Amino acid sequence: MLYSEKVMDHFANPRNVGEIADADGVGEVGNAKCGDIMKIYLKIEDNIITDVKFKTFGCGAAIATSSMATEMIMGKSIDEALTITNKAVVEALDGLPPVKIHCSVLAEQAVKAALLDYYQKQGIEPPVDLEVSVCSGECESCGH
Amino acid sequence: MPERFVYADNAATTQISDRVLEAMMPWLKEGYGNPSSIYALGRKSKIAIETAREKVAAAIGADPSEIYFTGCGSEADNWAIKGALSRLAKKGKNHFITSEIEHHAVLHTANALKKNGAEITLVGVDEGGRVSPADVEAAIRPETALVSIMFANNEIGTIQPIAEIAKICKEKKVLFHTDAVQAVGTVPINVKELGVDMLSLSGHKLHAPKGIGALYIRKGVFIDVFMDGGGQERSKRAGTENVAGIVGLGEAMEYAAATMEERTAKVLAMRERLIDGIIGIKRCRLNGCRDHRLPGNVNISFEGIEGESLLLMLDMNGIAASSGSACTSGSLDPSHVLLAIGLPAEIAHGSLRLSLNDYNTEEDVDYILEKLPPIIERLRMMSPLWEKIIKEEQ
Repeated sequence: MLYSEKVMDHFANPRNVGEIADADGVGEVGNAKCGDIMKIYLKIEDNIITDVKFKTFGCGAAIATSSMATEMIMGKSIDEALTITNKAVVEALDGLPPVKIHCSVLAEQAVKAALLDYYQKQGIEPPVDLEVSVCSGECESCGH
Repeated sequence: MPERFVYADNAATTQISDRVLEAMMPWLKEGYGNPSSIYALGRKSKIAIETAREKVAAAIGADPSEIYFTGCGSEADNWAIKGALSRLAKKGKNHFITSEIEHHAVLHTANALKKNGAEITLVGVDEGGRVSPADVEAAIRPETALVSIMFANNEIGTIQPIAEIAKICKEKKVLFHTDAVQAVGTVPINVKELGVDMLSLSGHKLHAPKGIGALYIRKGVFIDVFMDGGGQERSKRAGTENVAGIVGLGEAMEYAAATMEERTAKVLAMRERLIDGIIGIKRCRLNGCRDHRLPGNVNISFEGIEGESLLLMLDMNGIAASSGSACTSGSLDPSHVLLAIGLPAEIAHGSLRLSLNDYNTEEDVDYILEKLPPIIERLRMMSPLWEKIIKEEQ
């Protein structure tokens, strides 16, 4: 399996690793059984993501997609962050092997989960189309 | 560039040794004659093959007429199993017994047979990865054609009680095959003492090239032909012989048998030091058992991390290793072997296999022991799963 240079760069030097103690939104997706968990922490001021950190348990692609996703939403407005798709993350990484596409889906879901958590903490009604599919580890989509 | 390159994946493949390459060279160049040809150039090739056959046979205590060269270990497994089942099915014997931890060359062959109507029984293993001979005995039925249990496991290195299982099969008049790809050249094997009917081996695990394997078929055992065509290998396996590969295999096996004792002592000492040096890391476990284990095999699971990231980081440090994580298997499930010994999936994902051989040095062990712990630490620091494990601990 071949990873692009960008994937390897984000894996070897992941951006924004860590936690935010007083995060405004925290999202965690994936599960240990499937071999990947992503957790994203957000700091939000006036609808702008002013800080973002992540922690990931998973393969090289999982770490690289989390790193790239955090870089893509840093400094962006919530609305902009919500438009970032897994496809955009894959493109920004110069592609991923087909079996690793689910890692990029997980990264998109982690960002959305963190924003959903932010809305809930703020007591704000989230946009109607903001949904996070929670993986139970029992679905058929990835063979588990 | 990393400061050192350490090849610790000898269970995957090995490099061709100088002596093997040297023995092969004439058969890649001037000795190009077809062994089936009548003239001198062809006869020379034929003689080279028969000399190699004698060496292979001698290394495992067989008669040369019991050795058949194949394209690889997988082919030998396929031939032994499919050949036995197709022959014996005609006599109403259509049941095949094997274990849960076999190589895919055996397990996927079993699946293929099942699709064609054969009945398959997979015997389980204990937590160390050992098959119980009693379980095999209990699984044998009047319609059982063949039992196939691997000599030693490729992932966790567990060595099976082959002689005991062979004895049971003999008593029950059932054929017994063993996939000894990981064991040949590494541990002493004598097919007569073991009492096996068939045994598969592969060249590239013992410093011979890729693309050459062999199947030992005991005299008096008959299985159907797998590769139809010309009269090569006494009409049992068609195809113009891989002369250079065969000569290389003969050389490698002769050398392996002659040097086994000293190599094993060296490799075993390195392995023990490696295990002892790693096992002190928090929340890790040695997979397989320590006693019945291939001399060069180390397989350890680290909680809270995933194997592929671990391999990539080791690679960035110049260490080539392997893992049973889903992400490295090409599928989405972790290793069937680790699941069979009872590891939960999340722990199986964090497994590391280091396989040493006599080409490794004590300096390699030092280097792995220096580089591995900080990599584990680094991956755990960024793992939300590790965070959870630590919280639950407190």
